[in-house]
Amino acid sequence: MPSGTENHLGDTILRVEDLHKRYGKDEVLKGVSLELRRGETKVVIGPSGTGKSTLLRCINQLSVPDKGRVWLDDVEITHARTNINHVRAQIGFVFQDFNLFNHLTALQNVSLGLIRVKKMRRDAALERARKELARVGLEAKAGAYPAELSGGQKQRVSIARALAMDPKLILFDEPTSALDPELIGEVLEVMTGLARGGMTMIVVSHEMGFARAVADRIIFMEGGGILEEGTPNELFTCPRCERTGQFLRKISELYGDTEQT
Amino acid sequence: MSAGEILWQNVQPLFWALPVTLTVLGLLLIIGLTLGTGLAFAQTYGRRPVRYLCVGYEQLFRGIPPLLVLLFYWGLLQPYDTPRILVAALALGMRSAAYQSQIFRGAIQAVPPGQMMAARSLGMSKVQAIRSIILPQAFRLAIPPWTNEYSSVVKDTAFICVIGGLIDLTRQAFMKLAPLSMRRPVGTQLILPYLIILGLFYLALTYGGNGLLTLLERRMRIPGFEMKGKVER
Repeated sequence: MPSGTENHLGDTILRVEDLHKRYGKDEVLKGVSLELRRGETKVVIGPSGTGKSTLLRCINQLSVPDKGRVWLDDVEITHARTNINHVRAQIGFVFQDFNLFNHLTALQNVSLGLIRVKKMRRDAALERARKELARVGLEAKAGAYPAELSGGQKQRVSIARALAMDPKLILFDEPTSALDPELIGEVLEVMTGLARGGMTMIVVSHEMGFARAVADRIIFMEGGGILEEGTPNELFTCPRCERTGQFLRKISELYGDTEQT
Repeated sequence: MSAGEILWQNVQPLFWALPVTLTVLGLLLIIGLTLGTGLAFAQTYGRRPVRYLCVGYEQLFRGIPPLLVLLFYWGLLQPYDTPRILVAALALGMRSAAYQSQIFRGAIQAVPPGQMMAARSLGMSKVQAIRSIILPQAFRLAIPPWTNEYSSVVKDTAFICVIGGLIDLTRQAFMKLAPLSMRRPVGTQLILPYLIILGLFYLALTYGGNGLLTLLERRMRIPGFEMKGKVER
């Protein structure tokens, strides 16, 4: 079981050091540092507007941080001479609003990166894409266009798209926030399977049940910084910061997390 | 000769002139499409000086009457013995490119920004993302407004009659109208029917072309990738 024990975790795979990001007058990130170990699932929680999404985007440079450094293994991503496309191919990204390619079928969505970025042969790429669709339970939808899929199916396709690239880690940016409540389960199920299977991931989410059951560590962010980090047990039972406890109580009221004690 | 025979005698040469109009139309559309797409991407993704250059081009060509543009090009290229048909296609094509650039710019901007972000997150370069993600979507969005430009450009080809020695539909009609108008009373009565027939030629071109474009739009349609929210009544 993940909670509490961290023996299954490997060495450090991602290191984030003192990230700062400012949009105009707003300083969204005020010096965020964290470490992620191979096989670890880190869930980032916190009120909206505290820079959780910005943090993820700064990690794979979709947003360029003003200051601070990020390493993936021993490659400094933030270094100007690093081939960012090469790095991004190793970091999966799952968006809140899916961002599936609208003009391509589910199968093409999953295989495109393999063909264009990994230069895989077409038939090999399609075969791999089919395998990934099957892994998220959607092999029957291979020929469907995004508009023909439900929100939950879209998000599963987008997870398959990330998985197909054999990423070293996957960043999830509120993957269930745009979904109808009854569709959240199928996406969380896939993510839980990934975490249990040893995938390394950072998940920005408000799903406390998921965080509690799957996270190795939870980060609580507020106001552009990390307020507290710990195992689910530590955070849920006796948070060191008063603010963390407040937030958790509020969230569980809202979402009716009855496990909350 | 009956009035009908005289009319037919004068309509026949219009068919001979049709290839000139069609050639200019075809060439100008190709020039306008390639240059227009290039301008649109340069305006959207280019650096500042490139963007300013594109805006300058677009403002210049959209601000001058097509007739004058044709005459400028005639004046510019005549000294080098450029084939007249090329002069006409180049002038009208570069003018159309200015309009088409705005059609494509709008279409590119209508592609949600998340599409580019998702493509880049997979490790695609900007050029790869534009080619395999943005362009195919923008192209589909551009077809409906592009039919507008097509219709307007068909009629612009009538202006090439100002370039001497290039006998297109309109020029041919003018050449036949002069003798007709001197042939009283039957000839003068045929002027209006003759002009209507000339108009029908252009109508056939716009109608036919738009039909083909609608067909293209339907063939390229992707489920759900269209305007939503149909009101039934």
